[in-house]
Amino acid sequence: MTFTREKDFGTPEKHGETVSLTIDGQQVSVPAGTSIMRAAAMVDTAIPKLCATDSLESFGSCRMCLVEIDGRRGYPASCTTPVAPDMVVRTETDKLRKLRRGVMELYISDHPLDCLTCSANGDCELQDVAGSVGLRDVRFGYEGASHLEGCKDESNPYFTFDPAKCIVCSRCVRACDEVQGTLALTVDGRGFASKIAASQDEGFLASECVSCGACVQACPTSALIENTVIEKGTPDKSVVTTCAYCGVGCTFRAEMRGEDLVRMVPWKEGKANHGHSCVKGRFAWGYAQHRDRILNPMVRSSVDEPWREVSWDEAIAHVASEFRRIQSSYGTRAIGGITSSRCTNEETFLVQKLIRQGFGNNNVDTCARVCHSPTGYGLKTTFGTSAGTQDFDSVEQADVVLVIGANPTDGHPVFGSRLKKRLREGAKLIVVDPRRIDLVRSPHIEAAHHLPLRPGTNVALLTAMAHVIVTEGLVDETYVRERCDGEAYAEWAAFASDPARSPEAIEDLTGIPAADVRAAARLYATGGNGAIYYGLGVTEHSQGSSTVMAIANLAMATGNVGKPGAGVNPLRGQNNVQGSCDMGSFPHELPGYRHVSDSATRALFEADWGTVLDAEPGLRIPNMLDAATDGTFKGIFIQGEDILQSDPNTKHVAAGLAAMECVVVQDLFLNETANYAHVFLPGSTFLEKDGTFTNAERRIQRVRKVMEPKNGYADWEVVQLVANAMGLDWTYTHPSQVMDEIARLTPTFAGVNYDVLDERGSVQWPMNAAAPEGTPTMHIDHFVRGKGLFVVTDYVPTDERTGPRFPLLLTTGRILSQYNVGAQTRRTPNEAWHAEDRLEIHPHDAENRGVRDGDWVSLRSRAGETTLRALITDRVAPGVVYTTFHHPDTQANVITTDFSDWATNCPEYKVTAVQVAPSNGPSEWQQSYRAQAEQSRRIEPAEPAE
Amino acid sequence: MTSTDERLAYMAAQILRNFAVKGQKAAIEAATDHIVQFWDPGMKARASAMLGDAGTDLSEDVRAVFERLRQEQPAR
Repeated sequence: MTFTREKDFGTPEKHGETVSLTIDGQQVSVPAGTSIMRAAAMVDTAIPKLCATDSLESFGSCRMCLVEIDGRRGYPASCTTPVAPDMVVRTETDKLRKLRRGVMELYISDHPLDCLTCSANGDCELQDVAGSVGLRDVRFGYEGASHLEGCKDESNPYFTFDPAKCIVCSRCVRACDEVQGTLALTVDGRGFASKIAASQDEGFLASECVSCGACVQACPTSALIENTVIEKGTPDKSVVTTCAYCGVGCTFRAEMRGEDLVRMVPWKEGKANHGHSCVKGRFAWGYAQHRDRILNPMVRSSVDEPWREVSWDEAIAHVASEFRRIQSSYGTRAIGGITSSRCTNEETFLVQKLIRQGFGNNNVDTCARVCHSPTGYGLKTTFGTSAGTQDFDSVEQADVVLVIGANPTDGHPVFGSRLKKRLREGAKLIVVDPRRIDLVRSPHIEAAHHLPLRPGTNVALLTAMAHVIVTEGLVDETYVRERCDGEAYAEWAAFASDPARSPEAIEDLTGIPAADVRAAARLYATGGNGAIYYGLGVTEHSQGSSTVMAIANLAMATGNVGKPGAGVNPLRGQNNVQGSCDMGSFPHELPGYRHVSDSATRALFEADWGTVLDAEPGLRIPNMLDAATDGTFKGIFIQGEDILQSDPNTKHVAAGLAAMECVVVQDLFLNETANYAHVFLPGSTFLEKDGTFTNAERRIQRVRKVMEPKNGYADWEVVQLVANAMGLDWTYTHPSQVMDEIARLTPTFAGVNYDVLDERGSVQWPMNAAAPEGTPTMHIDHFVRGKGLFVVTDYVPTDERTGPRFPLLLTTGRILSQYNVGAQTRRTPNEAWHAEDRLEIHPHDAENRGVRDGDWVSLRSRAGETTLRALITDRVAPGVVYTTFHHPDTQANVITTDFSDWATNCPEYKVTAVQVAPSNGPSEWQQSYRAQAEQSRRIEPAEPAE
Repeated sequence: MTSTDERLAYMAAQILRNFAVKGQKAAIEAATDHIVQFWDPGMKARASAMLGDAGTDLSEDVRAVFERLRQEQPAR
């Protein structure tokens, strides 16, 4: 591991016919449209530059990259001058050196000469260029009047802006515009007085800046620099690894000094993020070193007792003996486990193996139960496999984008930025969401259609769109005839054509004017490549699976599956939701989405594992909790999952956990679920282990260890300890061996191994003999299941109903700065943006209830009550309220109910009938919960060693 | 009937409602297949047991599903 900067080619890559030219006597062949600067860099000729970087379009302002071209007058900027056939370029001449030195003198005349004490010393492009142009003196003096006296902006918790160091090259402004798409930065003033300002010069924290870090990355000096670099110094080595936040799967260079992480810098070669990042992946990694981390195993015989720190040996032996005792008393199926979508593929594979091989049952489930299990059911039924059809690059070829039940700029910000870029280029946008998410209208973007439907009516709306497509003759009949099951299509088309499914017929139900539905359907069907991106606003409903199938129907009917720029794309919430599902984390499926009843698949695993596997499905998480309260399910191993906070109807979850005799939680922190645990096994962070994550585009990427696990073991090692204590004989010494086993047993992973991943950076499954390069776009010639299957999706209203007692509909979701239950992000300075969950309520509903902005309000449903502060906004429609679930003090899931998707039991988080009223204090439940949590988190001091 | 039994009956009814568009007979068949694929043996056994429970209030179609389930269950 050594530290080298990523090569900067100065301007972006171009594609086109090859053009040959000569640069400093060297023959170069590059695609037409390439800049001279990039062409030179490709043959390792570095032309001095300050305002250019290859993540941004050329700008031509710094005048450092001047070159001479035979037959042309003057000294053109190499960043803005494209190559031409037979061009002859010189990059180093006496005249050029003199010109560059002169420009450099001007820059340095208004720049502090504190290089030795500057935090970017040794990692500063300005310093490098001064050296490369041979700057020895500045004729204009060193006391520039324009910037040296500027005050630092230290408002952002992660980076500092020092205007004294700023050369106003505009790279930060352009990064915010072109890469992030927020347009929060500007150049304020003119000429010498020009300076960088955030929004209306109100400081970075108070501005529209979303702290993605693109500006910091683009800055060629230390004007914008990470606070960790200021505190710790520049890094001396780097390791490429994968972010452990959302399902975009950004790859980063973890830049280190020794074992100390200095900063995470998005990796330009990363195929999911192409060098971009969001506030979480870029900056919010401090939780890994947070003082709340539990580093020693702990045991207690009752949740009323304080925790007792024990050795790993004692803890593991206790787990094994408790699980065996329970099985011997209550039966083989009395225990189970939950895998984590935050852990690696190898770890989730091992947890499900522990359960299937060691526990002897299929009682394994995963947090996808509460997010994308309907995607698994819906896409497998219609297309044949549970996965998004495209890679993220596909969006660059989309002409119409339908975003339904997703909020990419908050939930999947790096993809959100790419989507915004495509929209700025002219692609059309349809948003289906009860809330006016940012994409509906933001700088240079406006949705062609926003359909703010009533929560719970997705299926009716999508079927109405299908009605328009079928009855107006917009079906791609050739595609349907060649690619889809004809009988199923005919049945579906007849169903969709029924006037009862027309936009006019469902107008009152959805609240969307029929004309808007018709216009949106026509645009999607006729606007060119149509791409659908969806999130939990689709899946977390009583008809989540039906909605996924309704989406698949639309895509097939319009021929929008199996080509770039189109497709059906579930945006996965957590970093490894796709992977944990691929790895057999569902109770009915072995790895690779093969049903446990399939004897041939079972035989494959049985031969490899030397055991007989259960042919019956296991319990899903809610079924485990029901069985626990019934007294038939008594023990659970939960890795990296906080079901008490994340799962619906908190009181029911608590009752289920409380009824068990051995709850084992493995996590970084004493999470809410641990309040009901008997054994706590400390977990390791993504920085402390090797493995792989699979992102939402089926891309398998390496996670690389950059520091030793602070708890002593990587999570996969802990699972192996438990397995062996239960009598298994596992001998893995590295996660690569687990991946080899996965590849051996899973046809879609057959070609995957760590050597391939290291060589290629990443691959997308299926990767096997039939697809040796992996599969960026699925279903190109035929669907995985053969013919695409249209499924009739009749609208069935939810049983959760509003009425006089509960007249409003609550829907829940996420916010940019926080992640899931907040266990990680709440332990970072991201709290600066979102320190509490707030209840969004429309001004009309607020006024009716006498609620003012910021007031404490009680939020009550049939399931429970909590208290939080109100945020009055017309972002939500009248009759709808919205909150996040990031904070345990609020516990939004006290409110949500047991209603769930008919096919998968994915909870109906998005539709809860509630009432809101002014309040002056926490609910009774909040008070008792707080007391219980405090009591439960006591840790008995360890006895001193003899 | 315990709350879990009520929940299982509710789940079966919900599955049936989502297959109802196929017609009664096909819906019962599809719901049974669905339950066979996704419910654990304990849940299936409870569903069967509910048929003989005088206190169990099941709709005709749910009863039909549970009856088919009982016939399809492997002998234990």
